[in-house]
Amino acid sequence: MEIKGIKEGILVKFHDQEWQNAKKALIQTLQDKQTFFDGAQLVLDVGHCVLGTHAIEVLQKKLNQHNISLYGLVSKSMITQEAAQKMGLITKLEKSKKKTDQKLEPSDVVLAGESAVLIRRTMRSGFTVKYKGHVAVIGDVNPGAEIIASGSVIVWGRLRGTVHAGADGDLTAIVCALDLSPTQLRIASKIAITPEGQAEPKPEVARIIDEQIVAEPWLN
Amino acid sequence: MNGKVVAIISGKGGVGKTTTAANLGIALATLGQKVVCIDTDIGLRNLDVVLGLENRIVYDLVDVVEGRCRLTQAMVRDRRYENLHLIPAAQTRDKSAVSASDMVRLCEELRSMADWIVIDSPAGIERGFRNAIAPADQVLVITNPEVSSLRDADRIIGLVEAEEKGPAQLIINRINPEMVKRGDMLSISDVIELLAIPLIGIVPEDETVLISTNSGQPVVLNEKSKAGLAFLNIGKRLLGEEVPWVSLNVKAGLLSRLGQLFSGET
Repeated sequence: MEIKGIKEGILVKFHDQEWQNAKKALIQTLQDKQTFFDGAQLVLDVGHCVLGTHAIEVLQKKLNQHNISLYGLVSKSMITQEAAQKMGLITKLEKSKKKTDQKLEPSDVVLAGESAVLIRRTMRSGFTVKYKGHVAVIGDVNPGAEIIASGSVIVWGRLRGTVHAGADGDLTAIVCALDLSPTQLRIASKIAITPEGQAEPKPEVARIIDEQIVAEPWLN
Repeated sequence: MNGKVVAIISGKGGVGKTTTAANLGIALATLGQKVVCIDTDIGLRNLDVVLGLENRIVYDLVDVVEGRCRLTQAMVRDRRYENLHLIPAAQTRDKSAVSASDMVRLCEELRSMADWIVIDSPAGIERGFRNAIAPADQVLVITNPEVSSLRDADRIIGLVEAEEKGPAQLIINRINPEMVKRGDMLSISDVIELLAIPLIGIVPEDETVLISTNSGQPVVLNEKSKAGLAFLNIGKRLLGEEVPWVSLNVKAGLLSRLGQLFSGET
């Protein structure tokens, strides 16, 4: 039997044994450590044991005699789980936040010319980003904000500021946004201005086609 | 007592910072709060005029900071509400006479004397603005529904965020419902969409504001004024009250009302 403190109260865990034996052992422990368990909120992990509502009721009464309230019953058996739920007990413990097993290290693959920066905020007026590489923004780029990138620019939001992609002369750079209405859009040495009176905002991609910046709706 | 410090900023000048500071100060005072207003626009002081307290000034903010008087001596008591005080700006110096740490120290002292400390900030993003937000617990950004003040508000919200004083709350001042309806003015949703901060007040354009400013009787004292009501509501919201938004709808003409009747929209 294993006893430990958890967020919900005290957890008592049985290592797969017959319920009757487990129960006996539990009661014995409760009597031995009465002061420790007094007034406690108890969560039992009964493993594979199958308990019906009646068995749980009996247990609850017994525990109440020791001034212990049964709060939860964790089990691998569906029958026990259902019975416990019927009695208004919790059947799952809140998991403590575990870090994922994935070990992430910076730049495990480096592609030439593919460095990028991610900005997760609204870029407000006066905020300038200059970056040798691609720039991705999750948020809006407001008028008066400026992005200058040697690569492409992607905005998951409204792009209303000034943007310059391919600032080192990369003609293949693109600019895309959920709402592409920049104050001014440049790719390499080309300059474009958003036409006035645009219709409904829609995702668009701007790139150079035949020496001109062309913005097309994103359809794929 | 543990007073809260509220800074009122805008970036652009002339959008109604001082008017808001004066009216909010009075609104909070009418709601039974102890209020101290501080004018940090050193060299261009106005708040005293709008509050109608100009002729009562003996000492000012710079006198306090430079130790020529005690803090309480510079607190000018309002004529109408004894729980409202003003610390006026100096008219003869400039912003460099006060530092951010001076303001923090001053406000620490005031927190024990008042429930609310309302700071009227100068326009701009320089020292005066920094002084105003340094001690602030809450920042209210004023904007007009017009592109240039909106641009400046956006800039200044960015600066407030950088100082970790955010999230700022927004007051849209001087909105003209009729012009919005005609599509000649940015609407409330246009403004909020761009600035993306919580709204705490919408103040309609109202000529009683100008009249009351000139007479030193802030508009919030005028019960008939829509703008006055809007300022009072901002005060209530600051106190945590849920106040429904006042409808800005222009009274519809007979014809359009009939039209609504027939289309079943009333």
